[in-house]
Parts: sequence; C-alpha cells; structure tokens
Amino acid sequence: MKELIIDALTENLPQVLGFVDEQLEAAQCPVKIQMQIDIAVEEIFVNIAHYAYEQEVGTAAVRVEVTNEPPAVQITFIDQGIPYDPLAKADPDVTLSIEERQIGGLGIFMVKKTMDDVEYKYLDGHNVLTLKKGLVSK
Amino acid sequence: MMTVNKQLQGDKLTVAVEGRLDTTTAPELEAQLKDSIDAVTELVFDFSKLEYISSAGLRVLLTAQKCMNTQGTMVVRGCSEDIKEIFSITGFSEILTIE
Repeated sequence: MKELIIDALTENLPQVLGFVDEQLEAAQCPVKIQMQIDIAVEEIFVNIAHYAYEQEVGTAAVRVEVTNEPPAVQITFIDQGIPYDPLAKADPDVTLSIEERQIGGLGIFMVKKTMDDVEYKYLDGHNVLTLKKGLVSK
Repeated sequence: MMTVNKQLQGDKLTVAVEGRLDTTTAPELEAQLKDSIDAVTELVFDFSKLEYISSAGLRVLLTAQKCMNTQGTMVVRGCSEDIKEIFSITGFSEILTIE
C-alpha cells in the first residue's frame, strides 16, 4: 500500500494524479482504464478540496493498493472534513436536452459508471471513500 | 498540462486542445473561448491530441455548445475512442456534434 498525504487544494490535483498514475503504470494498467481511474480520482479529490474544510485548509490522504490476483486497484480517500457522502446525491438525467441539462453531479455520476465499486463511510470523524477497479480491459 | 491553439478564418474558429482538460486547465480554455467566440458562427474543436477530459472539461463544452446554439454551429473532431466513451456515458454524444 502506498499513501500520499496532501493539502486538499485543487492546485494539488496534478500531484495526486501523478502519485496514482505511478502506481497504475507500475501495474501495467491499460490506458483507457487509467483515464477512467484518473477521472474518478480527480472528481473525488476536487470534491474534498471544494467542500470538506470550508474556508480552512485541511489534508486528504490518498491510499493506493494494487492486487495481482485478480489485477485490480483500490484507492481510498480519507479526510477529516464535514461529513459528506457524495454518493447520496441523485444521478443527473443524462438524457435531457441541452437546454435542460444540469452540469452538477456529472462528475460523481462518471465515477459510479466507470468504477466497479464505490463505497462511502463516515468513520471516527473521517470521510472514507473507496474506489475499486479491475485492471483488465473488458 | 494543456495547450490551446486557436485559428480564426473569417467566422470560423478552430480550437485545437492538446493534453489534459481537467479541473486545473479547464478555466484557461474557458477564458480563451470567452475572448474569441463573439463573432464566430462556426466553432470546431480539434481533439485529436486531447488525452483526457474530466467533468470540468465537459462543463466548458456544454457552455460553448449553449452559446453556439444561439449564434451558429459547433463540432467536435478527432476524439479518441476512450474520450468518445466518456461522451457516451455522460449523454454528451447526444448533445454535441461529434465527427
């Protein structure tokens, strides 16, 4: 397991993605799956940066665990901000016309659609969000 | 990292976006569009060198499409299969004109 602890600021996104990509590349993750994982990581980290700590700067821990049998990755985000379950939000209606489209919620929707499993828990004052994704193209 | 190359021919603006369109780079593209879209009736996005798009990038495309619906046409060209799949998952395939 590898862990990065970083200030939850949008400007730190490239560092977070760099950290995750390093583990994915070492695991020979296919390019398409890597993009989907990067999108999910971006949405979750940016969410924490925007909402977890209001005006203050807090930290987020990003843990990456790669398993070989089967090839899969588990990425866990932990913050000590306000309890917030991003999965509780209703999915946007992606069939609406352009005039009616709401852009909010699209990021989390992409996470739910592209990851194999997404789980949120509030544990001992921490938001804990876990993503799981197999590393073999279907 | 993202690079934006704009080419204006009459009322037609071609915007080639290279690299990553994400939370950190999307505001730059949005600002560039705001500066140059006013008199444009034909907007073309060349995404042949676009490697990545997140919801922040989709948001900019939606805003551009809404704007162009009132003043002309907009097409998106050269997307990789992986990016097309993102458009498909999010319903953007129905909103955008993808060539």
